[in-house]
Formats: sequence, structure tokens, C-alpha cells
Amino acid sequence: MGLRYLANVVSLELNKSRCNGCGMCLAVCPHEVFALENGKANIVDRDACIECGACQRNCPFTAVTVNPGVGCAAAIIQGALQGTAPSCGCSPDGGCCK
Amino acid sequence: MNYQPLTHATRGFLFTPAGAIPLIDIGLQKKDIRAGWMKRWNIGRMDYAVAPGLYAVGNPDPTSPVLVTANYKFSFDSLRRELEAISAWLLVLDSGGINVWCAAGKGTFGTDELVRSIEAMRLAEVVSHRVLILPQLAAPGVAAHEVILRSGFRVLYGPVRASDLPAFMAAGNRATPAMRRVRFAAADRLLTVPVELMQILRYLPYLLAAIILLHLPRLRVTTMLNDVFPLAAAIFSGTVLMPLLLPWLPGRAFSGKGVWTGLALWLLCWLLLPWSLAEALAWMLIIGAVSAFLALNYTGASTITSLSGVKKEMRLAMPAIITAAAVGIILRVILRFTLGG
Repeated sequence: MGLRYLANVVSLELNKSRCNGCGMCLAVCPHEVFALENGKANIVDRDACIECGACQRNCPFTAVTVNPGVGCAAAIIQGALQGTAPSCGCSPDGGCCK
Repeated sequence: MNYQPLTHATRGFLFTPAGAIPLIDIGLQKKDIRAGWMKRWNIGRMDYAVAPGLYAVGNPDPTSPVLVTANYKFSFDSLRRELEAISAWLLVLDSGGINVWCAAGKGTFGTDELVRSIEAMRLAEVVSHRVLILPQLAAPGVAAHEVILRSGFRVLYGPVRASDLPAFMAAGNRATPAMRRVRFAAADRLLTVPVELMQILRYLPYLLAAIILLHLPRLRVTTMLNDVFPLAAAIFSGTVLMPLLLPWLPGRAFSGKGVWTGLALWLLCWLLLPWSLAEALAWMLIIGAVSAFLALNYTGASTITSLSGVKKEMRLAMPAIITAAAVGIILRVILRFTLGG
């Protein structure tokens, strides 16, 4: 599937010197951004990253960093209006990302 | 929060050292399916949650797997309906009635809630093993390496979709790459349309009021249709057409894709309506702006956009959208008072 959002924009970083190749980032990534190469993780599809934060949260060696958030225009507008971080209105009485 | 009753789905209780655990049917009944559709179309605006806690399906014993999910009823139902011929324990976390992925992003479906729930449900007394199977999309909120330190339970990330769980479990808890991928196929995009459409329809009374104001005092249906029709086209373009055609529209920015579908429908309107050149110009700007904005809004329903990307797109697109909308609306109003149309 050739669906890619904007190029060269995500905040994803991988510090290979910290990586021990456990593969956890591969297991949790929903867009196959990582691959294991020579016993270390490698970013192979950066533009597919949606900054969900799963890899950072589950990296036991803090080798992966990303500024996680929701890629949602309504959340950004709402956050700007309320002076908070972008947050989808996932309250039970407000619709959001289904 | 009001919980949806599960009495119709409860077959009985299993008595365990940690208390009586409700045994749940895997088959959905008509009322589950009907309530799901009402929720999707946003009818009734009810909470759509089930009570968090421990449930059982099949005929589980202490060696049976533990599947973890959120207390959004859609999540609960889409898990249990897949468990044909499977005996398992279902640990339903309190995600505030929100689906797994959104709640994980917010942290409500997270390490703390998982560890709390394991202790509160006394899971260690119900099962003899120490393995939990979580939906992969819980990973933004749950740190597997912290859960094992704090609870003694090892987290295994299962497939993204519950429908892949039987194959995952049959393969010795191994996921294929396809099971790990979030899809955004035409069918997935189609399911997002009702939610988007119902959100925009809340503004319908204001839009109709604006059109009536524009035409006062001569309220003739035939002339008013010249404005109602293109406005409906702009909404249809941004909430239905753009999402469905997403992969095939040029460019990567959602707002740009929305401009393409908007322009296509604008041409159609021009063919069908007796617009002057100036009216057509005004509506080109309005349809383009409305469709682009709604398409930009669709980033929230999609599974392919990042926060950094949407911020960048908004920085670039919002000034153009606001300018186009303002110029188009001013032009349309001026035409009303110069040509009387």
C-alpha cells in the first residue's frame, strides 16, 4: 500500500549505540518502520511513522525517542484554543478517532 | 459512567479463588449489533462502555490464556466474537469507555491501569502462568518491560486486529508481519464516514440559516438550491469522497487531496447550475476551502498521519483555506446585492 503522509517530518530518532537488537520496536510498530540489520534495529521507512510512541514506550534501553501525539487536526485546534497539548476529544460523549 | 448491561450475554459464573467470574457468550446478539450501529451513527450519544474486570469465555482453567482489552463495548465485542472454540480469561481494563488505541495514546490504557487491574482482579490467583496477551495497539500506553517488573506478568503483544487472534494463538503466540500492520483499506475508510458526517451535520442548522439570510426576503427554492447544492457538494467532497479516494488522489497533504475532490464536484455543480462566471468563481473558492478543511480534519480518523506532519500541514494550509473561504464568501454576498441573485 503506497499510502504515505508528508515526507521528512517525523520526530523519530534511533540511538544505535544503545540498541541491543531485542526487536521490541519491530513488534509494536503498526507501520513496519523498523527492521533488524546486523543485530540492531534500523529505521527503514521513516515516512510511514505516525509518532504513536509505541516503540519509545517499549524500548527497554531508551534507544528510540519520538515526540508522541495524535496526528489529528481537530485535536491540534482544540489544544491551541485551550492552551493544552493536542488531545483528541476522546471523551465518552464526544466523538473522535472512532 | 453508565455501563452497558451484559446480562443478555452472561451464561453463568465460574468460581475461582479470586471470586465469581462472569462467563460470557462469544456470539453477538441483535441488540449488540443494533447498539453498535447507533453508536457509529452517533444516535443517542450514550456511553458505550462495559464494566471493567475479569470475564471468562469457553471453559477456561488456570492454564488458559489471558487476553487484555479495553472497556469500550466495541473493543469488548470485537474481541469476544472472534473467540470461537477458545477458552480464555478476558481482563477488561478501565479505559474510560475508549477504544484501545486512543486510550493507549492518552495513557489511560497504560502500564499503571494494567498493573492496578492485575492486582485488583487478583489475576495471580486465577491463573497459574504469568503471561498476558495484549492488543498490539496498546503499546503506545503500556511498557512491557515495566509491567513484568511491577506485576510479574510478561506482556505479549498480539495482533492489531482481534480477528487474527485465533491464528496468532494457534501459531504459538507468533504474529506474522501482516498481523502487525494497521490497515487503512477502503472498507476501513468507509467505516469512518458516518462519524465524520454526523459531526459536520451538527452545523447544518447554522448553514441553512446563513443561506436563508443571504436570500431574504425572496425565499425561492429554485434560487436557494444554487447555494444549497454546492455547499452539500463541498461537505460530501471532504467527508465522503476524499476519504474513499484517499490513495488515488495526487499529493500527500490531506487538504490538497480535498481540493482535488472539491474542484471535481465544483465542475459538476457548474455544469448543472445556472451560475454566472462570478458566482462560479465564488463557489470555487468556498467549495475548495470547505473541502480542504474537512479533508484536513480527516487526519484524525486516518491511521497514517503524525502529529508533526499535521502541524506542518496546518501551518501551510490553514492561511490559504481561511483566505479562500473569506474571499469566496465576501464575493458571494457582494453578488447577492449587486445582481440580486
